Amino acid sequence: MDILIQVIVTGLATGGLYGLIALGFVLIYKATSVLNLAMGDFMTLGAFVCFTMLTQVKVPFYLALLLTLVAAIVLGIAVERIILRPLIGEPVISVIMVTIGLGIILKGGMYIIWTPIFRSFPQIFPPKPFNLGFAIVPSGLWWGFVFAIIGTIAFLLIFKFSRTGVAMRAVASDQQAALSMGISVRWVFALAWCFGAMAAVIGGIVIGNISGISVYMGDIGLKVLAVIILGGLDSIGGAILAGFIIGVLENLTGLYIDPLVGGGAKDVAPFFILVLILMIRPYGLFGKELIERV
Amino acid sequence: MRCGDFKETYIQDEAIFQSLFVKFWLCLLFLFLLAFPFMANAYLLYVANMIGFAIIGAIGLNLLTGFTGQISLGHAAFLGVGAYTSAILVTRLGFPFWLSVPCAGLVAALAGLIIGIPSLRVKGLYLCIATLAAQFIFEFIFTRWESMTKGITGIHIPPPTIAGYAIKTEKDFYWITLFFVALAVGYARNLIRSRTGRAFIAIRDRDLSAEIIGINLFRSKLSSFAISSFYAGVAGALWMTFLKVVTPDHFPFLLSIQYLAMIIVGGLGSVLGSIFGAVFITLTPELLNYLSEIVKASAPGYEEIFVPMKEVIFGVLIVLFLIFEPRGLAEIWNRIKAFFRLWPFSY
Repeated sequence: MDILIQVIVTGLATGGLYGLIALGFVLIYKATSVLNLAMGDFMTLGAFVCFTMLTQVKVPFYLALLLTLVAAIVLGIAVERIILRPLIGEPVISVIMVTIGLGIILKGGMYIIWTPIFRSFPQIFPPKPFNLGFAIVPSGLWWGFVFAIIGTIAFLLIFKFSRTGVAMRAVASDQQAALSMGISVRWVFALAWCFGAMAAVIGGIVIGNISGISVYMGDIGLKVLAVIILGGLDSIGGAILAGFIIGVLENLTGLYIDPLVGGGAKDVAPFFILVLILMIRPYGLFGKELIERV
Repeated sequence: MRCGDFKETYIQDEAIFQSLFVKFWLCLLFLFLLAFPFMANAYLLYVANMIGFAIIGAIGLNLLTGFTGQISLGHAAFLGVGAYTSAILVTRLGFPFWLSVPCAGLVAALAGLIIGIPSLRVKGLYLCIATLAAQFIFEFIFTRWESMTKGITGIHIPPPTIAGYAIKTEKDFYWITLFFVALAVGYARNLIRSRTGRAFIAIRDRDLSAEIIGINLFRSKLSSFAISSFYAGVAGALWMTFLKVVTPDHFPFLLSIQYLAMIIVGGLGSVLGSIFGAVFITLTPELLNYLSEIVKASAPGYEEIFVPMKEVIFGVLIVLFLIFEPRGLAEIWNRIKAFFRLWPFSY
């Protein structure tokens, strides 16, 4: 029983991270209807930038975090301006493929700059595991969870109450109407990409902290697809809740199914769940039911 | 003076060989392909074989994505299914090579039917994600179903024999590849002018309208998935027989992307485009290898940059084509043809 609780708690903590990355996907999708499959590589890039700031430039962590967020803003605006804007109105396949292409370019670029060596992150959180009383959470995971929750709440507050957030929601619900109300849709698109990239880099730093960084850590970004589909592609709350569900289910698979098949089931479990959701409820838990039956 | 395509009957419009000119050049091309193995060295023949497998797979994906409009991010999985089927049939059940290839295609088609089922319920982005999930699930099966696939060690495939003659060299295999490529191109060309093919195109353009004019969406979409996977299965079986060993590492997600890149660079919804794309995407890394050899000789130590460079250039190609030439090389080809048709009085 103890191990079960432990696994569930670990799953919840992982789920918080998934929720944060899923938030990045959803922020971009909601405003611009683009599913950014390069999200994983945004994460990796964030982790590498932060890593370089900490080890090469030797700045304190909060400054490194701030600089990484600035880098994320630059990346977001650049990607939106240069790559996505020419493709507005193109079919789904073009938009999907361009983000995949972007991911490949980023991955290759990082391979050239940082080489494919696996690195561990410098210690930024106190190493003591966090004891909840009934379960113990490893320090990285706990602090990651805290970061993810703070990030998520910050994004939620911005989205709900600030002028910018209202503008973003307006664009998400109807671009024409938003334009006629004097909202700059271009600006909102750029902003959505910035927010998405920021969520991704925070996720990247946290994950890098837990399991070390390498060029290939971005593959986790694809797993998060299961989260956003379960939550509904355009629901922020759904993404966070689904993050927890997938995190727990994934860890339970690791506990119960892995010994049966000899490992590896944990990593593929989100994709099985993904297929199931698509068959039963394609618009997810809270997504808009826009899918027409064909 | 003739200055355009004049098609006065439907028969003319649907003809495979549109003009005498096309027939002439096709004959010339075919003669070149027949003469090629006698002129080329082993390396060139190896590349030619790889291009052949890529052409078969790319045409398959183009039938599904370019003609029917169903995006698949899991094409590599079907290549894998085909490759493993043929390997298992040959090594366990002693099937002859010529029988194992169509069987590989059939099993892959069956897998395609199963993966195609979500397409009846979801489309666009959601279908794309469903096929992505299928890709990872199949990768997992290839690695973990060890009693069948021998896991990561892979299965060794003996060289195929046809009528008692063992196919060992690249040159021998070239004839097999050429045969299958010719078959694949011919079938696809014919399919798209048939009722089924036109139904595919109608579904791509607007699925609801297609249903209203009497196309059975259920049957058309599934048959598109099945035909596409059949092509992939055949390509996978040939490819792995050629390489003599099949492991799960041969069918990563990146391979699916490569195939999508082929049809995007070549031209969506064009058989000729699939061929262009397959040639282009297969040749680019080979060209970079060649460059890296030169760099290695003149400035040693710098050649390592070419490993990630391949990825970067691949990504840049995808992005540039999507932004500047979304209809691909086939469109460029058409433009060149149009230019010379009226040259030098193009106005």
